[in-house]
Parts: sequence; C-alpha cells; structure tokens
Amino acid sequence: MQWRDPTHSGYLFRLSTDYIIEANHNVTNYIPESALLICFGFILGGIIWGADKVQTFALSPRVFFFYLLPQIILDTGYSMPNKLFFTNLGGILVYAIIGTCWNAASLGLSLWGCHQGGAMGDIDIGLLQYLLFGSLMAAVDPVAVIAVFEQVHVNEVLFIMVFGESLLNDGVTVVLFNVFDAFVSLGGGAIDAKEIIKGIVSFFVVAFGGSLLGFVFGLLVSLLTRCTKNIQIIEPGFIFVLGYLAYLTAEMLSLSSILSIVFCGICCQKYINSNMNENSVQTVRYAMKVFANGSETIIFVFLGISAIDKTIWVWNTGFILLTLLFIFVYRFIGVFFLTWILNRYRLVPLDFVEQLILGYGGLRGAVAYGLAAMLDETKVKEKNLMVCTTLIVVYFTVILQGVTMKPLVNWLKVKRAAITELTLIEKVQNRVFDHMLVAIEDISGQIGHNYMRDKWRNFEEKWMSWLLLKPSARKKQDHLFNVFHQLNLQDAMEYVTKGERRGSLEFIRNESAFIDFKKRFDEDFADAMPDIMADKADEQDGASARRRDTISSVSLEMHEQNMRGLRGADEINSHHLLQQHLYKGKKQHRHRYSRSHFDINQDENEVQEIFQRTMRSRLESFKSGKMGVAPPKTITKHTKREQQPKV
Amino acid sequence: MGSSSSRLSNVPNSQELMQETGFSAAHLLRLYERFQFLDKDNKGHLRSEDFEAVRELSKNPIGDRIVEAFFLPGQETVDFPSFVRVLAHFRPKEKNRSREGAQQEPEPANSRNQKLKFAFRLYDRDGDGKISRVELLQVLREMLGMQVTEEQLESIAERAIQEADLDKDDAISFDEFRKSLEKVNIDHKMSIRFLK
Repeated sequence: MQWRDPTHSGYLFRLSTDYIIEANHNVTNYIPESALLICFGFILGGIIWGADKVQTFALSPRVFFFYLLPQIILDTGYSMPNKLFFTNLGGILVYAIIGTCWNAASLGLSLWGCHQGGAMGDIDIGLLQYLLFGSLMAAVDPVAVIAVFEQVHVNEVLFIMVFGESLLNDGVTVVLFNVFDAFVSLGGGAIDAKEIIKGIVSFFVVAFGGSLLGFVFGLLVSLLTRCTKNIQIIEPGFIFVLGYLAYLTAEMLSLSSILSIVFCGICCQKYINSNMNENSVQTVRYAMKVFANGSETIIFVFLGISAIDKTIWVWNTGFILLTLLFIFVYRFIGVFFLTWILNRYRLVPLDFVEQLILGYGGLRGAVAYGLAAMLDETKVKEKNLMVCTTLIVVYFTVILQGVTMKPLVNWLKVKRAAITELTLIEKVQNRVFDHMLVAIEDISGQIGHNYMRDKWRNFEEKWMSWLLLKPSARKKQDHLFNVFHQLNLQDAMEYVTKGERRGSLEFIRNESAFIDFKKRFDEDFADAMPDIMADKADEQDGASARRRDTISSVSLEMHEQNMRGLRGADEINSHHLLQQHLYKGKKQHRHRYSRSHFDINQDENEVQEIFQRTMRSRLESFKSGKMGVAPPKTITKHTKREQQPKV
Repeated sequence: MGSSSSRLSNVPNSQELMQETGFSAAHLLRLYERFQFLDKDNKGHLRSEDFEAVRELSKNPIGDRIVEAFFLPGQETVDFPSFVRVLAHFRPKEKNRSREGAQQEPEPANSRNQKLKFAFRLYDRDGDGKISRVELLQVLREMLGMQVTEEQLESIAERAIQEADLDKDDAISFDEFRKSLEKVNIDHKMSIRFLK
C-alpha cells in the first residue's frame, strides 16, 4: 500500500473516523474527539510501522503550518463573536502576552535550575536552549482548546478568555521562538542589551504588523464582496483565497501569520455576511467548517502517528516529568496572579472556579509540536528529546486534561448549585435583571463599557459601512426599525378611527396577526404592513368579539377547578416550565463555538414574539391616549387580554 | 476637565444632582448628552415616544415597564433630573463606602435597598406596595414565550407566591420580596458600568 501523499490519506482517515465517531455520540460525551483521534493515530502508526518498519508519515512542520493550520484559524476568526471578544480584549491580551511570557520564562529557568541541580542526568542543553524550549512549550494551543471546550459548555466569558488567549499568544510565541532561536545561533557570548532590545521591538512589530495586515486583508475581502454582484457563484472562493493570502503574506514578511488571519476573519465577518447573498454565506460557513474539521482531524491523527517511531524516541525521566509538572503548576500560578490583577478592573470579576478552569484549560497542542519539529538539530543537540517531551505534553493535555475537563466542570458546578436550589422568584427575578440591564444600557446609551467602542461604532457606521457595504445592504441596517415604527403608527391611527366607528379594535386582540420578519427585510415595507391589519378586522364586529369573551372566561373557571386538584404535581412542573420558556436576554443569544453543530437562530422566534407583543401594547396605549381613556396602568385591561385563549 | 466643565454649566442643577446621585461630573455630562440625543425635538424633557425610538427596547420583553419607571406617577414627561435619578440606581456600588456614613446621609440611590425598590416597582405597577397575583401574572406573561398556556402561567404564579408570601395575604409585599432575594447578589446583577 503506497500512501505517499499524507493529505490524501488524511482525508480518507477523516471520513472513516468521522463516521465512527458520529455513530458513537455517547463516547464523545466522555472523551473528546481529539483524544480519540490521537489514539486512532497510534493504532494507524502501529500498523504502518509494522508494515514498513519505518515511519513513513510524520507531521512535518511545513505541512502543518502551511496546509493544515490556516483553515482552522480562518474558521475561528470568521466565527468569532466579535462583541464578546472585544469586550474582554483587555483580559485576553493580559493573559496572552504576560501569561505566555511568564510561562516561557518560568519553565525555561526552572528546567535549567533543575539541570544545574543534576536532576536530569547528562544532557547537553544550555540556558538559552532551555529558554527556547520554554518558549515553544509556553503557548496555549487554539486547536486543542477548541477541540476540548467544544464539548464542555462553559459560560461565554470563560470560553472567550481561554480561546482568545490561545489565538493571540501566537504573536508572543513567534517572537520568543525566533528571538531565542537567533540567540542560540549566536551563542551565549554575543547577547548584549542591543539584542534584547531588538527582541522587544520585534515583538511589537510582529504582533501589530500581523494584526494590521490581517485587518487590511479583511477590508480587501469586504470591498471585494461589495463588487461581486454579478459573479455570486464564486464569491465564497475569494474569502478563502484572500484569507490564505493574508496568512502567507504575513509569513513572508516574518509577521505573526495567525494574528493576521484571525483579524482578517474578525474584520470581514460583518461585511461579507451583509454583502453576499444568503446562499454564498451558507456556502462559506459550511465550507469553512468542513476544511477546519478536516484539518483538525488530520492534525490529531498525525500527532498520534508521529509518536510511533523508534528513531526519535529519547527518554529522560527527569526532563519529561519536570516539564509536565512545571507546565501545570506555572500555568495555575500565572492565571491566579493575573486574574487577581484583572479583577480589580473588571465589572464582572472572575471567581475562583472560573480561574481554575482557566488554568486547567491551558492546553498545549500541535503548534508546540510543529515548533519543536522545526528546531535545528545542529544547533540544538537534544532536539529529539525536546520533540518527545513535547509529544508527551501534548498527549497529556489533550487526552488526560481533555477527558477530565467535563467531569471537572460538572463537579465544580455541582458544588455551587447544591448550595441552594433557586426559588421561582429568584429565577424570574434574575431574568428580569438581565432584561433590565439591557434596557437601561440601551436607554442610557451605554452599549458596552467602553467609550472608544462607542466612538468606533459611529466611525464605523459613517465611514466603513459606506465604503464596504453594498448600498442595498447599508440601507437595510439604518432605517429599518424607524420606518417600520412610523408605518405602524400611521396604520394604527387609521385603524383607530375606522375601528371606533365599528365599535371594536379586533385586530389588537387577534393572536394570528403575524409579522413576517423575512418579508420586512426584503420587500417594500408598505407591502408588509397591510397583512397585519387588513385580513382581521374587516368582517368582525363587536358581537362576535363579545361572544368570544364569555366563552374564554367560562373555560378559565373550569380550568381553575381542575387546577386545585393538580396543585401538588405542579410544583415541579412550574420550575421546569420557567426554565424552558423564559425569554433569553438579548446578550444571551449565544455564540456557541462549535465545530459540528450549527444553531439556526431559534432566537428569531423569541424576538418576533416580544416585538409583536410590545408593538401591540404600544398601539393599545396609543389608542387609549387618543380616546381619553386612562393609560393602561389599570390592571383590568390587561387581565381581559390575558384571558384570551393562547394555545 | 477644562473643556467639559464649561459644558457642565449647561447642565441644570449639576452640583445638586452630582451630590444626590453620586455621579461624577464626567458621567453626568455624558448622561446629559444622551438625554439631549434622545430628546430629538429639543423640548427639554422626554416623552414616551422618545424612549420608543430606542429600537432595541421593542425587542425587550420588559422594555415598556422600564420606560414607565422613568415617569413619575401621573406625569407624562421626564426631565433630566428624573432621568438621572433612575439611572443612579444602576451605579455600581463603591467599595470604600463606610458604614457610618451610610446612616447619616439619605440612602444613596444605588444601595441594595434602593435597587430592590426599583425592581419592586417594576412589578407593582399600581403602586399599592404589594405585588398581587394578577400583577405577577402580567410580568410572567411578558417574560415567557407564547407556548406557555394560561393554566401553566397560573400554576407558576401560584407557586411563586407560595414560596415568597410569608404572611399569607396572597400578595408579595416589599419585605417579602426582599427576603426572597436575600441570596442574590443584587449589586452585581443591577449595575452597569457608566461611561464618561
């Protein structure tokens, strides 16, 4: 069997593994897919080794960094919940920059210290090489984080902190790695202050340069989609091409390629989703997921395969065990310390449990392995030892920590929840608070907690949308609600005058008035409006309405009698009902990052319901204002409404 | 702060408001700008239509109640001091407020008690000091989706009142409300960060 080309065989593996895994959803509840894939890789590696006596496949850094990683990162950038990301950007940057530097320095120095103390036996590694090793092990890996956290649904803020950190620390990792690599080449003697300053400056250049480049490419993509009205079939292709171009250009300029492609994705999301038509958007979304999933699968399988190779294995108990220990411990120390600082500036501080998960979620993955494989053997004599250690660390974090993450999360949560079971009032009130805060923020104009963001929004609406959005897309954004509202009021006025003559305003009480949101976006507003009012009230008159009233009140009485008997069983049901049916707050419309599940926006129904109800009550108060009736603060009016059969 | 203080003088009663609500000058100025922004016809006060122009509110299930809370009973307009007084409830609590001070001064707007009172007023629309079963039903109706039937609503309301109503008068008074929310971190849940 000649499987020369790893990527071909990779896709074959992917198909088979995916089938197996999807068929075993129960398994993936306990063991993350990534761990299973690695184990699968072990098996495959064993087979190949048995067949060929030599490891024909390994994850070469080139294949990894150029062909496998970009799609995954592009997917994360494109699906990034921007608002959440930028709200927590301060914290993310602190962890990414300071945290990673701390990890690298502490690991390198500690290992060196142990080496001096003789814990590692006789190996040829100097201080600089330890620091180099530290820098490549320091970075939290985005691929591993996604793979593990996808199954474990922690709250949004926690997720975005870990995830954002894993993405942004690439800037630091690249710089540290290159700097120490250069130092190692130069040898110990040539390091002076000048070199160190160069290193620090290069950090800024690499990080900001990469981000800026990504931003520029994002703008390019958006501009492109603005002009592709006539070639909509190939629109999705541009996204991928330009995304990849962003990555390559950054590599070429020695900037941070991951940062570049992430910001490209982040920047272009909004515009390409608005500019392209629905089919193209779906295509892009699905294709990205396919590519990203495929790459991830291949990466993990190959991580498994690469291990089954007798030639690379060097075992040094001290080195390996100490590395594992230090990585774990220093991660927690770093997280706790940084969070303590951060919490003084955050509105919502991160509590202890969240910090624990944050620390535990510091997974290392394929990026570390790729960097280790890139080491130069002539300069770093113990490259094999480092590669092996990296592999072991990766297995440890992905498999062990991955498997135990979910139970840990559940266990910690269970501890918290068991303290009290929330009463109904508390549950309702919590939700009321959420809605309240959203409303107050909207009224007082504090949308988010950053003045710069407000200013950015104005700038963005004025200039960027003008530049990057198609004119039709731009119109949809601005006037939508205002115009709809105006038309609502206009029609309401007409209707009130008409209805008064007939003696009823049936349309208000009619449940089946349906506002089609899709229609509202696409067609003339005037078309949508009459649907609501026209059909309902023309033929109805006061008599039938009155008749309906009596029927419903009778049925309610009967229901009440039934209820008295059932009261016992209802206790449990009430909680359950509440849980299920409370409207989510606006901010809670979840951005759940998941590789394999698309949540088609069910919140749309909720929004529609709320909108409909609000508009109706406003029309009612409007009507009462016009007729000189007291504003609907009196309860009676509402109860009458409530008694209409709803189901 | 040089330029902002010259604009601060445009804000009516700024010193008293700052004293009463605890907002800083920068916050107050920003809120005044927002007030003027909402007040599209430059009337100097807000009506309910001005609030309704805030589009996201129509997607908020209790948006209308919040808006009502700005209007004092019987009034149809909101002037700037009232606007600010309501928003003052949502100021995060300062960490260094001393115990003794809190007793001598009139209770600050963002104390736990005041926040709870605000929340209570949202339920108790007719202002009789009790949340009756009917008022609770209304709120529940607004907060829950359309699939919930009347009977289900009634059972939830019934259960909620049972849990909270200690003196068995079939209504929730403010004290009972406060007691039922003892364990909730109100400061946390009812604060937003105000911009400068």
